[in-house]
Amino acid sequence: MSDPSPLTESSVASAADAAITAFAAATTIAELRLARAAHAGEQSPLAQFNASLKSIPAEDRAAAGKLVGQGRARVAEALSAREAELAVAEENARLAAEAVDVTAVPSRWRTGSRHPLSLLMEQMGDVFIGMGWEIGEGPELENEWFNFDSLNFDEDHPARAMQDTFFIDPVDSHLVLRTHTSPVQIRSLLTRDLPVYVVAPGRVFRTDELDATHTPVFHQIEGIAIDKGLTMANLRGTLEHLARAMFGEDAQIRLRPNYFPFTEPSAEMDVWSPNAKGGARWIEWGGCGMVNRNVLRAAGIDPDEYQGFAFGMGIERTLMFRNDLNEMRDIVEGDIRFSQQFGMVV
Amino acid sequence: MRVPISWLREFVDIPADVTFEQVHAALVKVGFEEEDVHSFDVTGPVVVGKVLEFTPEPQSNGKTINWVQVDVGDDAPRGIVCGAHNFAVGDKVVVTLPGAVLPGPFPIAARKTYGHTSDGMMASTRELGLGEEHDGILLLKNLGLDPEVGTDAIPLLGLDDFAVEINVTPDRGYAFSIRGVAREYAHSTGAAFRDPASLVTPVPVSGFPVTVNDGAPIRGRAGVSVFVARVVRGIDPTRPTPPWMVSRLKLAGIRSISLVVDISNYVMLELGQPNHTYDLDKLDGGFTIRRAKAGEKFETLDAQVRTLSPEDLLIDDESGPVGLAGVMGGASTEISDTTTNVLVEAANWDPITIARTARRHKLWSEAARRYERGVDPQVAGPGVARVVQLLEELGGGTGDSLGVVIDNSVAPAPIRLPEGYVEKIIGVEFTADEVTVSLTEIGTTVVPTDGGWTVTPPTWRPDLTDEATLAEEVARIVGYDRIPSVLPVAPPGRGLTREQRLRRLASSSLAAGGLTEVLAYPFVAQASNDLFGSPVAGSVPAIALANALDPDAAWLRTSLLPGLVAIARRNLSRGLTDLALFEVGTVFLPVAGTAYGSGPLPAGNSRPSDEVLGALRASIPPQPWHVGALFLGDAVAKQPGQAAVPSGLSDALGAAQHLAAVLASPITVATGSHQAMHPGRTAELRSGDRVVGYAGELLPALAAELDLPRVVAVLELDLDALIALSASEIATTPILGLPAATQDVTLVVPESVRAGDLRALLVEGAGELLEHVALVDDYRGPGVPDGSKSLTFALRFRAADRTLTQAEATEAKNGAVALAAARVGAVLRE
Repeated sequence: MSDPSPLTESSVASAADAAITAFAAATTIAELRLARAAHAGEQSPLAQFNASLKSIPAEDRAAAGKLVGQGRARVAEALSAREAELAVAEENARLAAEAVDVTAVPSRWRTGSRHPLSLLMEQMGDVFIGMGWEIGEGPELENEWFNFDSLNFDEDHPARAMQDTFFIDPVDSHLVLRTHTSPVQIRSLLTRDLPVYVVAPGRVFRTDELDATHTPVFHQIEGIAIDKGLTMANLRGTLEHLARAMFGEDAQIRLRPNYFPFTEPSAEMDVWSPNAKGGARWIEWGGCGMVNRNVLRAAGIDPDEYQGFAFGMGIERTLMFRNDLNEMRDIVEGDIRFSQQFGMVV
Repeated sequence: MRVPISWLREFVDIPADVTFEQVHAALVKVGFEEEDVHSFDVTGPVVVGKVLEFTPEPQSNGKTINWVQVDVGDDAPRGIVCGAHNFAVGDKVVVTLPGAVLPGPFPIAARKTYGHTSDGMMASTRELGLGEEHDGILLLKNLGLDPEVGTDAIPLLGLDDFAVEINVTPDRGYAFSIRGVAREYAHSTGAAFRDPASLVTPVPVSGFPVTVNDGAPIRGRAGVSVFVARVVRGIDPTRPTPPWMVSRLKLAGIRSISLVVDISNYVMLELGQPNHTYDLDKLDGGFTIRRAKAGEKFETLDAQVRTLSPEDLLIDDESGPVGLAGVMGGASTEISDTTTNVLVEAANWDPITIARTARRHKLWSEAARRYERGVDPQVAGPGVARVVQLLEELGGGTGDSLGVVIDNSVAPAPIRLPEGYVEKIIGVEFTADEVTVSLTEIGTTVVPTDGGWTVTPPTWRPDLTDEATLAEEVARIVGYDRIPSVLPVAPPGRGLTREQRLRRLASSSLAAGGLTEVLAYPFVAQASNDLFGSPVAGSVPAIALANALDPDAAWLRTSLLPGLVAIARRNLSRGLTDLALFEVGTVFLPVAGTAYGSGPLPAGNSRPSDEVLGALRASIPPQPWHVGALFLGDAVAKQPGQAAVPSGLSDALGAAQHLAAVLASPITVATGSHQAMHPGRTAELRSGDRVVGYAGELLPALAAELDLPRVVAVLELDLDALIALSASEIATTPILGLPAATQDVTLVVPESVRAGDLRALLVEGAGELLEHVALVDDYRGPGVPDGSKSLTFALRFRAADRTLTQAEATEAKNGAVALAAARVGAVLRE
């Protein structure tokens, strides 16, 4: 190392300037570290000026110390400023290097979906839960008494033959796959305390071959309310509430006379669909009526004291007109592309 | 029921320009759903022409065509090429002129053919849509017609008529007739109704012997209540059925056969009274009505020999059976093309007898359909009278005084209708006038009584049996639109049951976890149940359908896996090769050795005893909810910077453990075996001691047989059991906030030691301070002896009351290692 310059105002200033210039020239943190070692390290001119202070005569020492201290402070300030600058630059460079094409980021998630029929049954059930009703359930393989006799279809009733029933082998076991969710009505009436307000979504079976509009396995939601003084006006009110929940505030219900063994009077219900594809119109939705007095008797209920209403509609049919579907096969075949259109919302 | 408008118009006033939409709307309003509309789809010009002359012209193809000159009322005759040969000069025929359209649609144009320009077509019955006859062209003389040349043939033949088709509900048998529909149209529109049953007058007849000998009434009901018959003589068998009748029958869906048969059908449609005509000259003496003997044989007029049941009702003459009552006549007394004398018969048969006979012999005739739903017992007399009238008018016959009238019908029982009852059911006010006028309009007799009315239904309404049926009639006639909308208030409910909530949760959490829900049909082959329904080979108890749609899928599933496999195959066949499917559904699990079902069923209109109800409830097999899942292809697809992650056992087990965690129903995983699964890649899933399901990869050979890829992971769990075993109150421990100490431990053990077992030993050996343990590595290779493996676990320790030192953690770890060493010979690997 060369001999140190004498400690003068200009030599200190020159050493400090040299340090500041070197820091500014550093373009990376590593270069800055080298510059710091050279200009602010123990062997640097300023450090040597500092070390030489002790050999300066006492009367000059204070002035020289101040001179060196100011030089070192300038250098320290420049160093930290440059450090900060370079840190930001390096972080920016790193961020730039880490940038990806967000449209090509690999996904480790698998996205699943519920079946829209399940979702629709749950959604319709929830409308009734919101009104204080409960959800009833019953077996799919059912005794004929619950499926027919207790519902006022005796064994010779023409409507019984019209139900296209799947019978269990042997036929004289009187077991069937339920043709409707109505057996849940009678099971509910037999086991629950009055009044009863129950809705029963579920799977039902008829011997229809699969085609664009039929399937041998399908779903219904059925409701029954038995209380003192319930009327057909209450039936209409309940259906209208459901229709509005499902189809919007402008939905309306129209009742037309019809016949079912388990209701009297009976009605076919149409729903006014203001948003239906192809224009607002009445769409046939399901059947309903006042629970037949014989059904109440089968459950041990006095029809002069209690009365009420029942209704039922097809879930597939509801899904089809609500979501503008016209191919039953898509609903039943299990092609994942069908369900995945819905996600977990219907 | 199809209703030709021209026919309806005879009995009720209908606007001349009515459209089928308007007729449908009127009938829908009173409870008859629209089904269809039928018309002839013929547009003119279609006119009457007269053959002036014709020249047969043999052709090179061997056929001979006729070049015909036809007068259609124009200035000059038209030249028409005709392939038929059944006409002569002077015959009047139906000519379709260029511009006309026949059913098909088949537009008619002038066209060049066989060297001529054919300026129209001479039409056959079939081409006009009136029938099936196509042996030659239609000759109007055969219909008894001799109209002016140039007459519009469309109204002449009734081709301008149309029919609406409506659905008649089973309670309204009376509406299976023009009579009934006209009455309902009148109710709906207020138009005047003329009852066709009152437009004919039965004449007194006697002398035809009939004995009723019903030895076995069904459910206490006599087989026949009304039996009316009358002889008609001297019918001209060459008389044709007039075109208006052919057209109406055709629109109603019935083919014209012969005048006598057509009249019989016509009257059935008009009045709703099925009737039968016997060839009188083939009958031997009078009739006896009786039940058949078991095994007795009878040939019906469709030439089928039928073996009868003691429930079938027969009509015998002196020689034996001549008819299966209410369903079909016999071959031996059938009307032929030489019949001149007939016996016309109309009866009121017991609906149940007829329905059972029709079902037993699969003979759903128009007659049986009407009897099953109930025929007005008082229309048998008018029915016979109307047939006789038409045979006289159209067939040239003469009604005879020989006949019989038996009427044992029971008058309809009066119903008491309390004042206010209709309001009580319908929920809106009806005036006393509205009640009585509505009920009178539908034909009941209404007599005011103390606090209400006594209402006697008309004979054609056997469905009116109690006050509720009368309430419906009042509401229907006044209009259902009157009913207001009033939302009832249910008592406070408790929301979903725990089972319902957890079942939804299971589905939603699997879907959120990336699986797609499917809903398979529950119909499978027996072999599928035997394979998937039990872990070991053998016959699995299962339920079979008696009338399966597909004989290869006649059994109810005992497992969800066959359905998932079938749906996976369908998706694969559509190029969807990465699948994660699940189903939450019921399976049908009969218990071996248990006979399900019940004997004769109790009546439906009163509550059975608790004992009988208990037996009915116990008559069905268990039908628990299961959850099944299937994975194949990639769990994570190959992507930039991401290798494909194939799905496999890990997904099936992961789904099971995910469900167990979500449902708070812990399961344990143990090595398992299942006949349908890979012997080295199957886990048995237990809740406590109970096996609740299996997760595994399908046997590769089975996967290959099913055209599936080699690796297909499946899962099936008894969801009901998982939910039942779910802790209804979750036991909690306080969450400790003091610092944890973590240590890894690596143990060398024989390869046969299962990681799960070693983990359990660590938990046991480490004691209370161990909070969490996870397997982080499984290493085999250099540094580890052959036949051994090196397993690394990450351990996390924590104390409730102090900050743990590493020394304390090490001591606990050493305890764990010592136990593992003692039990399975684990060696600590530093």
